[in-house]
Amino acid sequence: MARGTTVVHQYLRHDAIFPHVWCPGCGNGIVLGALIRAVHHLGYPKDEIVLVSGIGCSSRMPLYVDFNTLHTVHGRALTFATGIKLANSRLRVIVVMGDGDAVAIGGNHFIHAARRNMDLTAIILNNRIYGMTGGQSSPTTPYGMYSTTDPYSHIEPAFDISEMAACAGATFVARSTVYHAQLLQSLMEKAIPKKGFSVVEVITHCHVQFGRANKLGTHIDMMKRQRDQAVPVEKAQTMSPEELKDKIPIGILTDMVRPVYNEEYENLKKRAGLTN
Amino acid sequence: MKKSSFPQRKKEKYQIEIFEDWCKRCGICVEFCPKSVLARDDTGLPVVKNPDACIGCRLCEIRCPDFAIEVKIKEESVDRKRKGDPD
Repeated sequence: MARGTTVVHQYLRHDAIFPHVWCPGCGNGIVLGALIRAVHHLGYPKDEIVLVSGIGCSSRMPLYVDFNTLHTVHGRALTFATGIKLANSRLRVIVVMGDGDAVAIGGNHFIHAARRNMDLTAIILNNRIYGMTGGQSSPTTPYGMYSTTDPYSHIEPAFDISEMAACAGATFVARSTVYHAQLLQSLMEKAIPKKGFSVVEVITHCHVQFGRANKLGTHIDMMKRQRDQAVPVEKAQTMSPEELKDKIPIGILTDMVRPVYNEEYENLKKRAGLTN
Repeated sequence: MKKSSFPQRKKEKYQIEIFEDWCKRCGICVEFCPKSVLARDDTGLPVVKNPDACIGCRLCEIRCPDFAIEVKIKEESVDRKRKGDPD
């Protein structure tokens, strides 16, 4: 049962068990709060929002909110979302994924959803590790970091989710951290109404798995690290690659207009005489 | 000093409510409060130490992962009525 009277409490599912399942200090709750506030500020009714997720810590988000929700199989959240959007283009489909869900198991679906420019909003929580299954390395674990499966340090370079989305053709790409929760909310407010595939990458912390394996301290230390590492995109453009080595550029990275798949599909149906 | 042309508004007072059974004692609200309004007790639960210093920025509410803190405007401090407003 929802307790308080804030905007967030009005959107929580009353029969869900609270406090929620995430570890104390986990950033997933902050992202959920930002998402709810963004939807509320945009003024969409609850029935017009569909929240789709795959498997992972962050993908438990739809259990707690009173939108239309769908908790699907690992890595395939975008495919279910594509189906929903094509069946009923009136709905606003938001897909919540973790880094493993989006770019490891579902990497193929991710780049092709961006290439097709499906009218979806993908919120990707990047904690740089597989948190739920015990702290294994994911494709976003940075080079030289430690994890359960890399006790002698990780020898692979990491994916940059935002860059990959922009290269694959996403029309809106933005990045924020959970420390910058207000920026995160404003980026979501821009991404959700945007026509086309919009990606919001959220750098979050997993102090229980990633932090412990790399001796990064508590969740508060990791949030302070996010604060110190983040630089606005405008400033990052003037910095040299050496200066940007340990930095996280935050803000809107890509914002453009491209033909949207859903509209092309409607036109195709008209050309084929399937609509009256 | 030039007098402001805006109508003088009474300073708002804020009331912070903490839902103990939802709070996981992570301490984010205490750590990132810009005015050090909150403190932690022996069990780690945030307590309102200095309520008059609260400026109502709601950073604690926004950053609380458990939706366990709420900043309210105290009823008696609200003075939003301006000259000419209907009753």
